[in-house]
Amino acid sequence: MPIANYLYLAAILFTIGAVGVVVRRNAIVVFMCIELMLNAANLAFVTFARINGNLEGQIVAFFTMVVAACEVVVGLAIIVTIYRSRRSASVDDASLLKR
Amino acid sequence: MINFALDIGTTAAPESYLFYVLAPLSVLAAMGMLLVKKAVHSALLLAWVMVTLAIFYIAQEALFLGIVQIVVYTGAVMMLFLFILMLVGVDTSDSLVETIKGLRAISIVAAVGFGGLLVTLISRATFGRDVVGLSEVNEQGNALGIAELLFTRYVFAFEVISALLITAAVGAMVLAHSQKTRSQFAQRDLSIARFRKGELKDAAGLPSSGVYALHNAVDVPALLPTGNPAPTSISAVLEARGDMIESTNFQLKEEAEEDK
Repeated sequence: MPIANYLYLAAILFTIGAVGVVVRRNAIVVFMCIELMLNAANLAFVTFARINGNLEGQIVAFFTMVVAACEVVVGLAIIVTIYRSRRSASVDDASLLKR
Repeated sequence: MINFALDIGTTAAPESYLFYVLAPLSVLAAMGMLLVKKAVHSALLLAWVMVTLAIFYIAQEALFLGIVQIVVYTGAVMMLFLFILMLVGVDTSDSLVETIKGLRAISIVAAVGFGGLLVTLISRATFGRDVVGLSEVNEQGNALGIAELLFTRYVFAFEVISALLITAAVGAMVLAHSQKTRSQFAQRDLSIARFRKGELKDAAGLPSSGVYALHNAVDVPALLPTGNPAPTSISAVLEARGDMIESTNFQLKEEAEEDK
């Protein structure tokens, strides 16, 4: 099996995540799709670290994980705040600027 | 014709089997994440994708990252997602009806285009050399190798990341904190409210539930001096649930005959 298969898998998972961000309306599911995209990028980093024979790619993947954790914490807090005031977690309902 | 197996090396047979079994499963789970209706099911499918990715990391000689992936992602992040789902609950946002006309068709076309672009780019890329592999840098163990890099060349980034984590924690606390608009009712407030209600019948508090020789519980109403059960002596919840016992069950038979 060529090692590039991992890169193909990462590309496919990233694409699925991107579709999810566009298609789904529940803010929490949108967030999960963003997590999926970050994970796909991490897989590519780990694969490239193996191809290049040094650990820098793994370090970057490690930093990505920490940043993703921060992003989830703050993002979910924002979702909870919006839910408190608008009683909905749908991304379509947060349209105050439109009206 | 696109060559799908360019010259960046191959893996050993066991790893190939692992990949060919787990990769379709992870892609299926990721697709299912978009298609299932309930957000909880999406979360579970995403957890599965993350576990397969952790297995791939370990297969690719990134043992430390594989463990971190399981602990941080499937452990902490997905649990956080499930907690927020529990807080927010189920509402209309779970429906799969498309609100913008043609959005789904456009997004599928765009996804096929984008994915095709990525795949062809990867397949046409060349490195001009073989895969190096990590056996050399992982000689003393993967965790040690990562620690060596992390605390020498990337120590500044590491410190900045720690500041980011603290900031995120404080930010989440500030965002999720909500000021109470009124103070909680204390015993004093309840007493004042009872006296200001208009009628002073319940000013001294509601009667307690019945205490009988054969039964002593909150589900039996007390008897008024007239002999009738007092409905206010029972919690409204018990009454609504139908968990109330008639207090006449515990009256003495002779007394009942005397009343006649």
